[in-house]
Amino acid sequence: MALKLDSKIPAGELAQKWSNHKAAIKVVSPANKRKLDIIVVGTGLGGASAAASLGELGYNVKVFCIQDSPRRAHSIAAQGGINAAKNYQNDNDSVYRLFYDTIKGGDYRAREANVYRLAEVSNLIIDQCVAQGVPFAREYGGLLANRSFGGAQVSRTFYARGQTGQQLLLGAYAALNKEIHNGSVKSYPRHEMLDVVIENGEARGIIARNLVTGEIERHGAHAVVIATGGYGNVFFLSTNAMASNGSAAFQCYRKGAGFANPCFTQIHPTCIPVHGTQQSKLTLMSESLRNDGRIWVPKKLEDVQAIRSGAKKPSDIAEEDRDYYLERRYPAFGNLVPRDVASRAAKERCDAGFGVNETGLAVFLDFKTAIERLGKDVIKQRYGNLFDMYKEITDTDPYEQPMQIFPAVHYTMGGIWVDYNLMTTIPGLYAIGEANFSDHGANRLGASALMQGLADGYFVLPYTIGDYLSHKIQAPKVDTSTPAFDEAEKAVREKIEHLLSINGKQSVDDIHKRLGHIMWENVGMARTKESLTKAIAEIQALRKEFWKDVKVVGTADSFNVELEKALRLADFLELGELMARDALNREESCGGHFRSEHQTEEGEAKRDDENFVYAAVWEYKGMDAEPELTKEPLNFEFVHPAQRNYKD
Amino acid sequence: MSCFLSNSSLGRKLVMSISGCFLVLFILFHMSMNVVAIISADGYNAICGFLGANWYALAGTAVLALGVLVHFVYAIILTIQNRRARGNVRYSVTVTEKGVDWASKNMLALGFVIVLGLGLHLYNFWAKMQLVELLGGHTNALGYSPADGVALIRYTFSQWYYVALYLVWFVALWFHLTHGVWSMFQTVGWANDTWYPRLKCLSNIVATLVFLGFAAVVVAFFVSSLL
Amino acid sequence: MNFTLKIWRQKDAKSKGEFKKYEVKDISSDTSFLEMLDILNNDLVHKGEEPVAFDHDCREGICGMCSLHINGHAHGPEQGVTTCQIYMRQFKDGETIVVEPWRSAAFPVIKDLVVNRGAYDQILQAGGYVSVRTNSVPDGNAIPIAKADADESMDAAACVGCGACAATCKNGSAMLFVAARVSSLAKLPQGRVEGARRAKAMVAKMDELGFGNCTNTGACQAECPKSISIAHIARLNREFLSAKLED
Repeated sequence: MALKLDSKIPAGELAQKWSNHKAAIKVVSPANKRKLDIIVVGTGLGGASAAASLGELGYNVKVFCIQDSPRRAHSIAAQGGINAAKNYQNDNDSVYRLFYDTIKGGDYRAREANVYRLAEVSNLIIDQCVAQGVPFAREYGGLLANRSFGGAQVSRTFYARGQTGQQLLLGAYAALNKEIHNGSVKSYPRHEMLDVVIENGEARGIIARNLVTGEIERHGAHAVVIATGGYGNVFFLSTNAMASNGSAAFQCYRKGAGFANPCFTQIHPTCIPVHGTQQSKLTLMSESLRNDGRIWVPKKLEDVQAIRSGAKKPSDIAEEDRDYYLERRYPAFGNLVPRDVASRAAKERCDAGFGVNETGLAVFLDFKTAIERLGKDVIKQRYGNLFDMYKEITDTDPYEQPMQIFPAVHYTMGGIWVDYNLMTTIPGLYAIGEANFSDHGANRLGASALMQGLADGYFVLPYTIGDYLSHKIQAPKVDTSTPAFDEAEKAVREKIEHLLSINGKQSVDDIHKRLGHIMWENVGMARTKESLTKAIAEIQALRKEFWKDVKVVGTADSFNVELEKALRLADFLELGELMARDALNREESCGGHFRSEHQTEEGEAKRDDENFVYAAVWEYKGMDAEPELTKEPLNFEFVHPAQRNYKD
Repeated sequence: MSCFLSNSSLGRKLVMSISGCFLVLFILFHMSMNVVAIISADGYNAICGFLGANWYALAGTAVLALGVLVHFVYAIILTIQNRRARGNVRYSVTVTEKGVDWASKNMLALGFVIVLGLGLHLYNFWAKMQLVELLGGHTNALGYSPADGVALIRYTFSQWYYVALYLVWFVALWFHLTHGVWSMFQTVGWANDTWYPRLKCLSNIVATLVFLGFAAVVVAFFVSSLL
Repeated sequence: MNFTLKIWRQKDAKSKGEFKKYEVKDISSDTSFLEMLDILNNDLVHKGEEPVAFDHDCREGICGMCSLHINGHAHGPEQGVTTCQIYMRQFKDGETIVVEPWRSAAFPVIKDLVVNRGAYDQILQAGGYVSVRTNSVPDGNAIPIAKADADESMDAAACVGCGACAATCKNGSAMLFVAARVSSLAKLPQGRVEGARRAKAMVAKMDELGFGNCTNTGACQAECPKSISIAHIARLNREFLSAKLED
């Protein structure tokens, strides 16, 4: 049976939809809120802000994270900033323009209503964060400063040095602490959700593992919120944190929640290139660098050879021998084209043989012009910490020589399917932030992830969850001794025991690296029918190998990192295949999804608006069975999809 | 309010800071007074007479003793708490971090040296001066008048080992003050990045002045005893 | 490059730990310290031994998860970086590297090099926030803040809560951590409103949890991966004392 997808998008004018919806949905009285329990899994911007706001409203909240403190969630690593339609710069920005840029940046594969709501609440986020004491950058007059970001022609990005994500997360974490202090939220650090419990078709709680003691715990609630971020680590090498994983989202999928657009992966253009086979993590250099940095490769192949061999330094290449390919191809946006466009353009140059490091997989990001124009001090003030970071990692001084950068997996636009209320196809189960699929379409603009996480957590979910919970005010506390909890716990225990009993020859990391390689080569920046078919077969084989040959040392009832990694990899091995299947199904190029068969003569992504204006929602049918596809058509009532043009 | 001075870490530190400040002021006074002994024996003895068994001198001595006691007892309490906070298992490798003064990590040890020196000093001088007067005596064990401080100084520092012990004592005091003086400003919150260099400079000046002042008297009398 | 590692191994909180020696070979100088441990761990897994447990996550120096006391230094020999930003080129080929967990009574060892830093969370829960509800706030530009104040607040807000300050301090004092939060909020008008309450609550919690007394050695700022200045400790002292004097 196919999934029933009711997006619950309210009727009416675009700008009125959210107001109308808020007026129409039900609320829960304070006395009843006290009787209702909510579980929030994940403490990034989405999870922390949601848990704090729900606690403030009076619900009983339990919040879980796998790290030793809620403050460690990977939202903390976002560098550049957060968008908002404040128009403080007087550059004719507006809610509509932010909405339009976002939906266009997403290559017209997101819902209009969701994106408009995101733009609408963006301003509230800035106000909220300022009030919490987030030290945003300021001008000398004492008012908030802005910078510009890719995919926009206005300056609407608010920032706190190169640590915006950190500061916003510390704000949300502080709000969470306030509620923990007040007793409305209980925090469970070093706990990993291993399953979601469904009873009578509704979410009733989770099974979690205490990562310190190995104990398996049952937690019941009237609603469960998944805020566990994205699954970019399926590629092994990504800019995600080492422990970032897709397992919580995948358990929801396994239990019947639809998973939408899994193939939409963002490859970030400005990362530090891979240096060797033993690398375990890629480092992002903020996109804000593209404000002043110019991206280039040499025009002549002999210069490329000279640079690779060390005969020439990049700074030796004369101006006329440099190919500033983004400025050449996209005059209107130049170096500030969206991420997917910048990444593909870098790949195109490297494929043509112009890659500038020994692996041939790097381009230059050069600040020479900016230093000449603004002086070293200004550049230092703007990007000092990023330059220092680059120097630490690569041992090269970016004030003297250009940075080398290359695209890397960064963010996943796909995720659990949710309706306008952020509820999944399972009643009572919600997904927010990067874990859901809702707002970024096929490509996310810079500084929009922070915006979405906080929008969902502070300003959307606290309202929409009431609509569901208003039907639960008579419901007693969830009993965790029911057969549904028994079964879920039993399954988790069996899975753990099975993993520990295999005792094969390959470590978890060995297999994860191989999966990452298959994914990057075949489901990466450019995908073809052949590569995807090949990937599916290879992943299936690798998965079989995993379940026969993995070696997980240690015990179930102790602190066991290998076991944690094995459990996550088991899910990545299925998720990778799902991504390839989705990419195979989507016979078009859009945003971060580039099918080489579908490109314009100039090598740009070619959408197919006849056949693919839909969200592809997949339903789990078993580990080795093909998932079933249901389409949620996207209706563009207010904007008209056109080929994205960043040229003029 | 009374309790935060004993039950809060910052309160305890405030007590250290205030008592320390008081002791620094006393030491500066004592040093100035000693220097007089080099310039004028009569002048010095006049001061000694002024600080005999009078009610104000006795009150001053009592307050001073209390200051030393509080500073010392609090130092012990703080150190015990700090050792407990550090835990039972220690690092096998430790280093002195960049920019960290040796003195700052050894204030208690320096304090012990200073207290030992103080004991010796009380035995050598206070016990032969104010204490004798207090007990109603007119000559001390050495046969001098308890008001004849200069004679006592001359006698004590004609012995080389006292000179050596006192100089060690002053060195310990120098180290203690280089950290202690700026630290007391830090503890009450009168410090910031602009003022750290200035405060540390002030500490060094105070410490060096105290050292030179005290040492000058000891050395001058030792040298004159050789002539 | 080749290295001998002397690593603290401890089965769990209750067991007694000890140092064990390991050899790692053919490490590229561009390998990060934690990648070097990954390589060691992968070898250990292949040998059927339990890998060395250590905390880490973002590997970009911002999450504050990584710890490790390396050759006597919190976060290794380099200043102003976290352990995950240490590269093997900073060590000598053939060197013996001693790796220990944070040692502080308030940070008990969980396993090997992993410690429990929950005490820091508890201190922040006691008052490290501005008590504003979601949505009941003025416009972001309604409160002008001098750039210098915002910058100074940001300097303190850069704290990643890694625990290096208390782990380094010979007194096991958490003052730099507490000061960073108190000072960051004290510099902003939004935070000033409940400044006195915050300083008192956080210091009281810090004391209750058994952290030591600050003796102004400055070791914390030397080892802080974000080079947070002890000037913030001075501000905390000021905030706390003036709050107490008003009681």
